[in-house]
Amino acid sequence: MQVTRTRLKLENITKHYPGIIANDSVNMSVLPGEIHALLGENGAGKSTLVKFIYGVHGADSGRMFWEDKEIQISNPSEARKTGIGMVFQHFSLFDALTVEENIAIGISQELATGGLSDKIIQVSNQYGLPLDPSRYVYTLSVGERQRIEVVRCLLQNPRLLIMDEPTSVLTPQEVEELFKTLRRLSDEGISILYISHKLQEIKDLCHKATIMRNGKVVSECNPDDETTRSMAEMMMGKDFISPERRENKSFGSTKLSLRNINRVSHHQHGVDLANIDLDIKTGEVVGIAGIAGNGQTELLEVLSGEVPVGDEGIILLGDREVTNLNTNDRRKVGMAFVPEERLGHGAVPNMSLWENTVLSAAYSMDLVIRGFVSKVSSIAFCKHVIKKFNVHTPGPNTFASALSGGNLQKFIFGREILQNPKVLIVLQPTWGVDAGSAARIRQSLIDLTENEAAVLVISQDLEELLEISDRIAVIHEGKLSPAYPVNEITIEEIGLLMGGVKKSEFSIRGTDEN
Amino acid sequence: MKIRFEPRQSESRTVVFLSPLVAVLFTGLFSMLIFAILGVDPITAVYTFFIGPVTSIAGWAELFVKATPLVLIGIGLSFGFRSNIWNIGAEGQLTIGALTGGGLALLFYNVDSVFLLPAMIIAGIFGGAIWAAIPAFLRVRFNTNEILTSLMLVYVAQLILSYLIQGPMRAPDGYNFPESRLFHDAALLPTLISETRLHAGWIAALFFAVIAWILWSRHIIGFQVKVAGDAPLAARFSGVREKNVTWLVLLISGGAAGLAGMIEVSGPIGQIVPIISPGYGFTAIIVAFLGRLHPIGIIFSGMLMALTYLGGDAAQIEMKLPNAVTGVFQGMLLFFLLATDFFVRYRIRFGALRETPDKESSKKGVVG
Repeated sequence: MQVTRTRLKLENITKHYPGIIANDSVNMSVLPGEIHALLGENGAGKSTLVKFIYGVHGADSGRMFWEDKEIQISNPSEARKTGIGMVFQHFSLFDALTVEENIAIGISQELATGGLSDKIIQVSNQYGLPLDPSRYVYTLSVGERQRIEVVRCLLQNPRLLIMDEPTSVLTPQEVEELFKTLRRLSDEGISILYISHKLQEIKDLCHKATIMRNGKVVSECNPDDETTRSMAEMMMGKDFISPERRENKSFGSTKLSLRNINRVSHHQHGVDLANIDLDIKTGEVVGIAGIAGNGQTELLEVLSGEVPVGDEGIILLGDREVTNLNTNDRRKVGMAFVPEERLGHGAVPNMSLWENTVLSAAYSMDLVIRGFVSKVSSIAFCKHVIKKFNVHTPGPNTFASALSGGNLQKFIFGREILQNPKVLIVLQPTWGVDAGSAARIRQSLIDLTENEAAVLVISQDLEELLEISDRIAVIHEGKLSPAYPVNEITIEEIGLLMGGVKKSEFSIRGTDEN
Repeated sequence: MKIRFEPRQSESRTVVFLSPLVAVLFTGLFSMLIFAILGVDPITAVYTFFIGPVTSIAGWAELFVKATPLVLIGIGLSFGFRSNIWNIGAEGQLTIGALTGGGLALLFYNVDSVFLLPAMIIAGIFGGAIWAAIPAFLRVRFNTNEILTSLMLVYVAQLILSYLIQGPMRAPDGYNFPESRLFHDAALLPTLISETRLHAGWIAALFFAVIAWILWSRHIIGFQVKVAGDAPLAARFSGVREKNVTWLVLLISGGAAGLAGMIEVSGPIGQIVPIISPGYGFTAIIVAFLGRLHPIGIIFSGMLMALTYLGGDAAQIEMKLPNAVTGVFQGMLLFFLLATDFFVRYRIRFGALRETPDKESSKKGVVG
């Protein structure tokens, strides 16, 4: 194999979407065996670019070269024939089918017939991806499901593997396993295009990084020569503000108490909450870590009063029991909530921003007087939110759906925080939010605790939780671990808790992997 | 050349208001085509159908008479449709409202009291609301589909009407015809213009439109119904109970339909007969959407739909065309509206695969 030859080269790839340029004259090349990071904030054009490479959609202009020959790929099956494999962020698996059946669906017919399960076992052993072909998918963890997708790609002997944010759903331990596999693939000469916005991962894993911003390639670098901070700066193009936290905080009395919360989920594949106990003190930020779908949504719904608390459960705000209060009554006594879904839950897409302030601030900010919505007060409050939280928008009459994720999230946080809550409960505060807005939001949470408030942050982003929390608990299958002060627990320990191992069992860990 | 449909960034406000007008225009053009196929002169036919009926004061009065139930029911239904609750059974609620309201008139036959009419109004609203409360209860309690239950109850209501009119409500001196007594004066709605059938019901419809307009534009109830329809999770987040919204909108639409039924028997008909409505409850669905679920829009679309009833009658009498022409027009109007509404969310593109017009695409002739 000639080392100088490029595996994939892109020249001036440009792609327009209505109103925006998703890719603007993108140039990049990937060498054989290279783990190449594609780094950028949400909306920087990473996904558009890889979808073009994988043939999901075309580009308006530009050329693509595969091993120095110009090619055109018009659909994913052509891409697979060429030697390009892709593992998407969202898996396409059927729960009711086995591993083998799922793999057979997604590959060519010649490959799917005859000895497929042997081939699966062989590939999975070769690359350290333990997988039992006869297991049903619904019995597998998220990490195992991802292995199915990876094995499915590898069976087709790809020479370029595209991975779209593969670690967002994994525990730290699973991430380490995945990295081992990727390094082994790279040693065999397979190129990997690794899409992420997690800087530490890129430093740990990648040989080279292409950094995108607003559809353009702004920089190429060797992650080893950079710090996470310098890469963050390239990614955002402005000085990165990391939240300032006060040292030696002192906390007041207990502000929010959860006692014995049990709740059967009403979601189709939901998780039941079991015996959840938690205390949060005034001035404290408590983080709840956990992999998606372990009861986070259910917990927020119970806390916000959107779903009644189950039998025997008690929620106390200070000394006051709020268990049986509905959402608006809880707001009246000083609770505020930010749900995970911005459009459709935290805000109504087809309503203006000022109407969206009425959604949660109707009574606490006197936006509704004797049943009538006061447009004047609502607009005034809306302008206040926009100004204080630096929301980029033409004004209060803009529809919520017209705002970018980061701006809308700033708006929602501003709306809740400016109601001066005593307790703020947030789910996934910076999910899909650009790094600049994320930093601002995290800072606002920390600032809030200085005003005698308690903050509960439920998030899958461990880095975020470590950055802002005073104590961290882990939710797994609806059960909540005790909350440990951040300086008394390691990332590894949190990872084990996320994987369902109890802290007392840490020492005997290692026997459950087979 | 390739034609593609491309999702818009946001709903086009212009198209929202333009689409009913375009639908009406297309209905006009295609009805001319149909007239031509039927072998009548399109111009004369269109005149007879759309202009002729409103060339006199009596004609206009008749237009408002027909528009009254359509507007009342259409506005009532708009509450449900905005919150994604689909009450298809307004025809049944109208029937029950006519029976309860009219029943009161028969019960107090020849009682001369100023309280009779108001009592009939309340009874009519109540009857319609009760009939709509059945699908509401079933939906809230058992999560049944209100589209099916409300529709099925239309036929139940009509059978009840049929039973009552052949039995308990039949006029004692009516030669066994399945009709009730003619209501006495105190049970009849006052007419607004003498020598015409225009009655006070039209005022009620306009009044209801004003109330609805205030609710929609200013009141928290309108806000909550809109949120519940647009984003159910956000409604829950703002403390709105989905069940309450279901009850509210079904009771409002049922009550409005019930009132419309009472107005029909106490106004233009003047008694209870086996067929009270020529399908107002169903036509009002088209009225509501044609009027963009907006009270003012519904007043105009209700008048337009009323015109198709009048036009149908005129075409039948003067041009010997079948009465089905009315249904054909209403159907066409609905289909054209559905078609044009597609462009609220999508735009059409010809040819080149360009999203933003620039030098290259303008050469290939992109239409915006």
